[in-house]
Amino acid sequence: MSSTIRGFASFARPRVPSENVVEVDNVSFAYDARPVLSGISLVIPRARVIAIMGGSGCGKTTLLRLIGGALRPTSGEVRVFGEAVSDMSQDELYVLRRRMGMLFQFGALFTDMSTFDNVAFQMREHTTLPEPLIRDLVMMKLHAVGLRGAAHLMPSELSGGMARRVALARAIALDPSLMMYDEPFAGLDPISLSVIGQLIRRLNDALGATSIVVTHDVMESLKIVDYIYFISDGRIIARGTPDEIRASSMPFVHQFVHGEMDGPVAFHYPARDYRDDLLAGAVQ
Amino acid sequence: MIVKLGAVVSDVGARVVNRVWRLGFASRFFWTMLGHSGTALRRFPLTLREIYFAGVLSLIIILVSGLFVGMVLGLQGYDTLARYGSAEALGVLVALSLVRELGPVVAALLFASRAGSAITAEIGLMKATEQLDAMEMMAVDPVARVVAPRFWGGVLSMPLLAALFSAMGIFGGYLVGVVLIGVDAGSFWSQMQSAVDFREDVVNGVIKSVVFGVAVTWIAVFEGYDAPPTAEGVSGATTRTVVTASLAVLALDFVLTALMFRGT
Amino acid sequence: MMTRKSLDFWVGVFVLMGIAALLFLSLKVANLSSFSNGATYPISARFDNIGGLKVRGAVKSAGVVVGRVTAIDFDNQSFEARVTMALDDRFRFPKDTAAKILTSGLLGDQYVGLAPGGDTANLQAGDTLTITQSAVVLENLIGQFLYSKAAEAPGKK
Repeated sequence: MSSTIRGFASFARPRVPSENVVEVDNVSFAYDARPVLSGISLVIPRARVIAIMGGSGCGKTTLLRLIGGALRPTSGEVRVFGEAVSDMSQDELYVLRRRMGMLFQFGALFTDMSTFDNVAFQMREHTTLPEPLIRDLVMMKLHAVGLRGAAHLMPSELSGGMARRVALARAIALDPSLMMYDEPFAGLDPISLSVIGQLIRRLNDALGATSIVVTHDVMESLKIVDYIYFISDGRIIARGTPDEIRASSMPFVHQFVHGEMDGPVAFHYPARDYRDDLLAGAVQ
Repeated sequence: MIVKLGAVVSDVGARVVNRVWRLGFASRFFWTMLGHSGTALRRFPLTLREIYFAGVLSLIIILVSGLFVGMVLGLQGYDTLARYGSAEALGVLVALSLVRELGPVVAALLFASRAGSAITAEIGLMKATEQLDAMEMMAVDPVARVVAPRFWGGVLSMPLLAALFSAMGIFGGYLVGVVLIGVDAGSFWSQMQSAVDFREDVVNGVIKSVVFGVAVTWIAVFEGYDAPPTAEGVSGATTRTVVTASLAVLALDFVLTALMFRGT
Repeated sequence: MMTRKSLDFWVGVFVLMGIAALLFLSLKVANLSSFSNGATYPISARFDNIGGLKVRGAVKSAGVVVGRVTAIDFDNQSFEARVTMALDDRFRFPKDTAAKILTSGLLGDQYVGLAPGGDTANLQAGDTLTITQSAVVLENLIGQFLYSKAAEAPGKK
């Protein structure tokens, strides 16, 4: 556990050398009174694509925000690149975030600027590169996601899948070492699903980066990831490689992977006995 | 019965506490925004863009409203003054009403409804579509990049709009009084010039419009930044901006008038 | 989407219009250009009653504005009002100039009217006008009128 006083320069903070890019150490988090995560511990090793899966509202996105430093855990510690994120000042957080890229659900492109300007955003804000060089870099990033010809379009003119790809190009603009994907497969057609999945894998390997994919799309993620963590009720209930997960006999994992209607996640919302409910409105 | 009354009182009390808490939060936000204004001023094109969206695009409504208000002042003023044989004082009436009160106040109200609601909706929607979060994750402070330029754009536009409103209004009064009705042009302008004092009236009017600009833009920016990230949230925030900003302008107008025009 | 150049242009036009409006209001509507520049010299005068005279009121001679009232004080020794004025350097008045408090029009503002005397020496900076006439106070006027009427009446009988 780190014992540094908040606000010290980063060199005073003990670096925990490890092969893991991200270490989540017994982290709990609650929104006011409502607990979201309880005692989560996981590691994200270097150069891997890791999936974090679970039902809606189980805390997956919260976990991403904790890793990115947007939220502070109520207890426990999150270490990224060996440094504790929760102790960082705003300036240190910004330095850290330049090594991270995040793809938001539905893209979150800046609607008041063109595709080109969106991808060039980080380059213009954080570097002093000359415009011709920025142009070349933007074209390269857009080419990597196959949208070099759409550089002049506005976000409102893009389809869902295209917008997602542009957001991906924007996220990798500064070649980050850690990529985070928040529900990258949500609402896409089958072709775009496959495209995004392949891009996540390919870019990760090409950049030598590490990727965390938060999703509940089982089919696509099992195809591309190296390891999976399953979260339910704020706890990790299962972990393993895609093959292990597919073969798992744990009830929740089995229901999730095979899409069964009823199981640990009940089909019926808690209610009175059916007979009693029907008879309640009976004519006396 | 008592229980119901108690419930109402505690509900009112809770609402008051909530408002006070919100006011404190808004004040802290104001200081944060001022602190992050370095970017807005160093990268002036950002602020210029906001001056365009807040100021230039409000020009039409300000100029047209100013003209109509001035013309109505001319008509009504002539009607009343002629009864006391002081029709030549029409210029004084129109000019003083506009420069001291109507210019800053009505321009601020129009600005709140047009530019203020647009700013709130824009920032609220950026929050709802996670654009502000995306900016944060890209290590760009959204307060410095999105909020502060809009604030300074509004503050810089407001005095100019108020002056334009007053000028158009005086022109409107001139149109109706001199051209239409036939009040003597010479006495219209000369009486106006001797009655309107630069420091007392024009400068005070400008000070008022700056204060209103700060108030309206601050409320607009805060409501947008604080809006719940849903459709209802943004629409509620936009309505709140217009209502709160209008009330604030009128209340501040009273305070400023009491301070400035005490006994003159 | 506005291009950079046209956006700058329109913002520039907007700012120019705003400044023009402010200039219009200051010069054409208000009295900025009339008397704030130019060198002045101070003159004071004592009055029994200044009526509604205000600071920054006009000082006129022959109906033309020649100065401004800069300060109004109460002299606790002589129980008179002491008015300080700034007169335009271009205009010199003789030492025996009289100062009266007059009203412009029937319901207008009050101003100081200067009636020049015949002295060959002129007023210098800091001089005090000796001959003054106070403002007409309505109550005194009515009182005078009633008194004179009452004085007349027994005579007529």
